Amino acid sequence: MGSNMAEQHPVGFQWVMEAKERGAKVIHVDPRFTRTSAVADRHVPIRPGSDIAFVGGLINYIFEHKAWFHEYVEHYTNAPAIIREDFADSEDGDGFFSGWNSEDGRYDTTSWGYEATESGGPAGTHAEHADISGEQSQGGHGIELDRGEPPHTDPTMEHERSVLQITRRHFARYTPELVSETCGCTVEEFRAVAEALCANSGRERTSALVYAVGWTQHTVGVQNIRAGSILQMLLGNMGRPGGGILALRGHANIQGSTDIPTLYNILPGYIPMPHPQTHPDLDAFVEQSGPPTGAWGGLRRYVVSMLKAWWGDAATAENDFCFDHLPRINGDHSHYAMMMKMLDGDVQGMFCVGQNPAVGSANAKLMRLALAKLDWLVVRDMQMIESAEFWRDSPEHESGEVRAQDIKTEVFFLPAAAHTEKEGCFTNTQRLLQWREKACEPPGDARSELHWIYHLGRLVREKLAGSEDPRDRPILDLTWDYPVSGPNEEPDAAAVLREIGGHDADGHGLPSYDALTDDGTTPCGSWIHAGIYAGGVNQAARRRPGAEQNWIAPEWGWAWPKNIRTLYNRASADPQGRPWSERKRYLWWDAGEGRWTGVGDAPDFPADKDPGYRPPSGARGLDAIRGDTPFMLEPDGRAWMYVPAGLVDGPLPVHYEPHEGLVRNPLGNQQSNPTRQQFSRPANLYNPTATDERVFPYVLSTYRLTEHHTAGGMSRTLPFLAELQPEFFCEVSPALAAERGLEHAGWATIVTARSAVEARVMVTDRIRPLRIQGRDLHLVGAPYHWGGAGLATGDSANDLLPIVLDANVHINEYKVTTCDIRAGRRPRGPERLALVEDYRRRGGVNP
Amino acid sequence: MKLDVQTWPVAYAAEAKPRKGFFTDTSLCIGCKACEVACKEWNHVPAEQHGFSGKSYDNSLALGADRWRHVAFIEQRIPAGIDEGTTLVEAAARAEAIRAGAPVTARDGMRWLMASDVCKHCTHAACLEVCPTGALFRTEFGTVVVQEDVCNGCGYCIPACPFGVIERREDDGRAFKCTLCYDRLKVDHTPACAQACPTESIQFGDLEAMRERADHRVAQLRERGEDTAQLYLSDPDDGIGGGGSIFLLLDEPEVYGLPPDPVDPVRSVGETWRASLVAAAGLAVAIAGAAWGGRR
Repeated sequence: MGSNMAEQHPVGFQWVMEAKERGAKVIHVDPRFTRTSAVADRHVPIRPGSDIAFVGGLINYIFEHKAWFHEYVEHYTNAPAIIREDFADSEDGDGFFSGWNSEDGRYDTTSWGYEATESGGPAGTHAEHADISGEQSQGGHGIELDRGEPPHTDPTMEHERSVLQITRRHFARYTPELVSETCGCTVEEFRAVAEALCANSGRERTSALVYAVGWTQHTVGVQNIRAGSILQMLLGNMGRPGGGILALRGHANIQGSTDIPTLYNILPGYIPMPHPQTHPDLDAFVEQSGPPTGAWGGLRRYVVSMLKAWWGDAATAENDFCFDHLPRINGDHSHYAMMMKMLDGDVQGMFCVGQNPAVGSANAKLMRLALAKLDWLVVRDMQMIESAEFWRDSPEHESGEVRAQDIKTEVFFLPAAAHTEKEGCFTNTQRLLQWREKACEPPGDARSELHWIYHLGRLVREKLAGSEDPRDRPILDLTWDYPVSGPNEEPDAAAVLREIGGHDADGHGLPSYDALTDDGTTPCGSWIHAGIYAGGVNQAARRRPGAEQNWIAPEWGWAWPKNIRTLYNRASADPQGRPWSERKRYLWWDAGEGRWTGVGDAPDFPADKDPGYRPPSGARGLDAIRGDTPFMLEPDGRAWMYVPAGLVDGPLPVHYEPHEGLVRNPLGNQQSNPTRQQFSRPANLYNPTATDERVFPYVLSTYRLTEHHTAGGMSRTLPFLAELQPEFFCEVSPALAAERGLEHAGWATIVTARSAVEARVMVTDRIRPLRIQGRDLHLVGAPYHWGGAGLATGDSANDLLPIVLDANVHINEYKVTTCDIRAGRRPRGPERLALVEDYRRRGGVNP
Repeated sequence: MKLDVQTWPVAYAAEAKPRKGFFTDTSLCIGCKACEVACKEWNHVPAEQHGFSGKSYDNSLALGADRWRHVAFIEQRIPAGIDEGTTLVEAAARAEAIRAGAPVTARDGMRWLMASDVCKHCTHAACLEVCPTGALFRTEFGTVVVQEDVCNGCGYCIPACPFGVIERREDDGRAFKCTLCYDRLKVDHTPACAQACPTESIQFGDLEAMRERADHRVAQLRERGEDTAQLYLSDPDDGIGGGGSIFLLLDEPEVYGLPPDPVDPVRSVGETWRASLVAAAGLAVAIAGAAWGGRR
């Protein structure tokens, strides 16, 4: 669901095809019939933005048919936990959970907690003065629990405030009929999926769930994934071979750039960025950022080791290991919030690296206008992309809204090396790091990212050398001593990996994060990567062929953490440590040896922890995790079917309609996610929603094609790729084409309150109108790859989108908005703006 | 008249290699076009720019001088059948309606066929047989290759090919087509397209092994209920003596734009003449008749 895996991940999809050949059933639930649907056993079309209704229906089906994996759910999830008495479900609050504060539009999440816990925040504390929003304000990593267990539980799971009963009641209205009405699929199609899932889950069988940005890019993005998690927990599909949830990432190394983050609010290994007021020192940071029980109980060891890796000898126990050198986060600096500030003139400069916001971001016109407010912009790319050219060529130049001579931004273009021209790691979607060698030197002035960052740092440090200003200490104290070689003084990427993987006082590579200490003797750049240089060997560079090892292939590359290929694999055995079935055996307890053993994967559990282990009161870290609770990243070792803390929009998923939708929420009066982040301003106008006035009567979804790479910088510029999908086109059903007089292979203009773009028309049965609330709902599909630069050019579909975000993680709702479509090309010059303004006027959209 | 130009393996004697070929199993194709791109990259085939075709996701349209691998995309409407709970009579009526152009409904299905096409490296290769310069030759692997430095651009090969594979390059005049990566075969490498294919839709190896695999696969698919799965060019007794590229199709060849019963025109030249004479005689009679009638 929410994934077009065959098109966007064709290389990974080979394993789906292989599984299918071995008898696996492939079901594709997606609004469009794509190349994935073409090879699936079954395609079920649903309306964009109705995923929670569909999955909620599956959850309800499981309850109705008593199809949940009882023993798994009882022992491995928090289903038996009792929730506070003052918690009120959204089903009883007309779409709102308890704690809603309509004045500031936020939840006080305290009442969502386990019974006998006081507050929802990490270790009981919300970030105060929080103009920071999202998960940062809630802490992502759980709550304080004595002995790593929910205070009150009911093993029978029959207590009316037990998580299982709350969850059951929460989804009781998600009947097959409601699913059909909400999603537009037939009851039979829905039932077929439910039956297949239930028949292929349990002791003997497992089912895997695959999602991608079709789930995340919504104002309910996080809750889409939560719904999938609940489903997999109920069916007992986590931590077991053939099961799990695969989060397919956007392209080659997105996983890697999340683990060692390019994100604004986390440090390597998902350690939160410290806050200036709440985290005055290391002690306060550790106390408030990670629960003391479970794997996060080691937070101090992880942070201290990271600080030592960064600041070396300067980091001592006396100075909190240079904790004060870390930057502090004082607000929402996510992509769109930053671009809004840029548009307001509050951002002076930007490095644009591996990104093309002038085409790829939502409301790309706003992006271009914001870039024009910068004093300086550095674009590092392999090609002259639109984000480097915006100052002299853009749709706004054509319409007369901007003139090149008025844009003061100084743009520096730095040519970048391609992946074949530099060494380093790719981390794929299953956390597998694979080292690649450099095949050739980059051409001309092109350089690797590592080269650029290292030498930029070196030059800055040279300029600051001798400074007495305390604010320069974090830069001057950095360990910035990577060996360089070759004519271009290329830094040694393996040396960086060695620092990430950590070493002991004698310089030996650490075996795993278990070896990290909090005394500064084990510098390690990223705790989850500890062990990647174990034994002084680059483990990611291992290439032992699959045929020469067990079927897990642990000696091909290296997966974080600890080279574990299936996370939480303790769950593949029953509470006593025996395989759930012979057919699905994976990891089991060898009582004679007193160890976990299995088919070849590393155990994601303390290797010698007896299944019968029970933590004493006051236990910390992994000692607080029982021998029969596998999910040790959670403070109670249990998978959270219900999330007592960490989310801003609810402990359970609720079906809300998209921000711009055409359908009244069939579940109640609260139309859309009440916590969604909106930016109402003239440059980001919203279409009227769910009104009778049908100015924007169709649903628009933007997406990608296999032939192109995201915003096109790596494909529209290459002749062999550009020729395969040479022009921007939209996809419509024959019925919509007839309704709007659209001609196949002709032209159409798509309009929203943001912009109007023109596209060639593809009339196809692959797009199908869905019957919702008694009328046909039409979808306009638009790949978003094109822009003004390169060999294949065209209007940018994402110019049409509004900026409206999921409040947990600030991801935009790319997948659903409303639009109009009309036959023919768009007007040129200022007439284009006039057309959009006419729509705004008719739609009652006021700047 | 029987023409036999068997240069492989005879002409190579001890240097002959086992005949190599492709087995393209379209039931595994996901339409990623990696084969098209890998082919162009490796063989330095020039880029083309046809613009938006509207032919499903196919914008490269056909094999030719500048396209040695081509992925066809065919969208088909599948009327709701008895599996969807309709009666046989209803299903038949539905099928009739769909054929007549009725829009699909939620109960109908669809199928999106994808198939990577390539030079067939025919056993009886008309292009090679008509080539007056010897530019087209049969390699030690039993494949058919144009020698770029020998081709004089006469173009005889182009109408000879029953598949429309070989073509002259506009700005160059010479004929080009798939070489089955002759240079890679020489050093024991897999052809670029097969190497790039992520789903093993394009398989490469000894032709005999490919044929066995194809036989096995089609039987397997039929067993699974894919009634229209069929092999194409796997029969050594067909009009081209069997292909050096074998295909597994999920529908009739015509659906993919492939000739259903290709014939080496050189081999049927006698029949062609005979047919021409019959036609000419018929025409003469008709003209005479018309003239006679006109005079009357």
